[in-house]
Amino acid sequence: MDTRFFAAWLEECARVVHERREYLTRLDAAIGDADHGNNLDRGFTGIRQALAENPPKTPGSLLALAGTTLVRKVGGASGPLYGSALRQMGKALGDAETVGLKELAGALETGLQTVRRLGGAEVGDKTMVDALAPACVALRRAVEEGVKPQEALSRAADAADKGAKDTVSMQARKGRASYLGPRSIGHQDPGATSTALILAALRDVALAWAESGAAEP
Amino acid sequence: MVGIVVVSHSFALAREVAALTRVLAPVPAPIAATGGAADGSAGADIDRVRDAVRSVDQGDGVVLLADLGSSVLTARLLVEELGDPSVVLADAPLVEGAVAASVMAGAGAPLAEVLAAAEGARAGKL
Repeated sequence: MDTRFFAAWLEECARVVHERREYLTRLDAAIGDADHGNNLDRGFTGIRQALAENPPKTPGSLLALAGTTLVRKVGGASGPLYGSALRQMGKALGDAETVGLKELAGALETGLQTVRRLGGAEVGDKTMVDALAPACVALRRAVEEGVKPQEALSRAADAADKGAKDTVSMQARKGRASYLGPRSIGHQDPGATSTALILAALRDVALAWAESGAAEP
Repeated sequence: MVGIVVVSHSFALAREVAALTRVLAPVPAPIAATGGAADGSAGADIDRVRDAVRSVDQGDGVVLLADLGSSVLTARLLVEELGDPSVVLADAPLVEGAVAASVMAGAGAPLAEVLAAAEGARAGKL
């Protein structure tokens, strides 16, 4: 997986997040402050701009630039959380020009640790961690099994999707939703949902790359 | 003197908290108010918070007070980024913490005492 691959991923994230912004905002209206969809849409638009202005040369520097952009441009919780996750993922990938699945799994785990440390959320708190943690586990297992990247990233996306759906029955213990206490039960968490969309985008780019016969991601 | 930075989702709120500390503290400490995201919506702007920290840093340290949510995350992230042990985020309620910190800082107290005053401000409200 090279810089072009990761750029394609962020582009696909921007597309999906734009397309689903009203859905994300609706989820956030139920248990938050109804700005998640717009925040992410603005954030990923900002990323597109930043990448166009200063095209990075490595996957690591690309993710780091994306992360810094989100931190600086998104004023809601997603800015610091997604932003520093991407930034630390970028650092974890170093200055390699291509990255293997094992390195990506390690970087994603670094992203997860960053989010947990910054936000203080654990699995079960009804946050993005509930999608990201299962995705990391699934990806790590897939790496150990030695499956192809498309398959591994598919499993990660599925795990994130399931994790997001699992947040419906949880009571929020972090974020704006936590003020609602038990009234947050019965609603899917917007942060977990956007994480699932972002990981689905990663899978889709890997599938498209494999299908087009480009060098295996 | 220790400097104080107020980080709120709302600039108006932060500005008024800062103004209140100047009224309530016998000797006011250097205090900067920040609020609102880069595009003016409710939220936080890490660049503005960074500038605010620099503007009140007289060499005796800086205490940040944040309202909730993304203000806390942004302040925490900035403190981590700066990696300077003399710039700290108080685990304190915004108004009470800012007033307590300002009183202490204005009295010439060192960073640790200013931070403790901010964090102790939660107790004994009623």
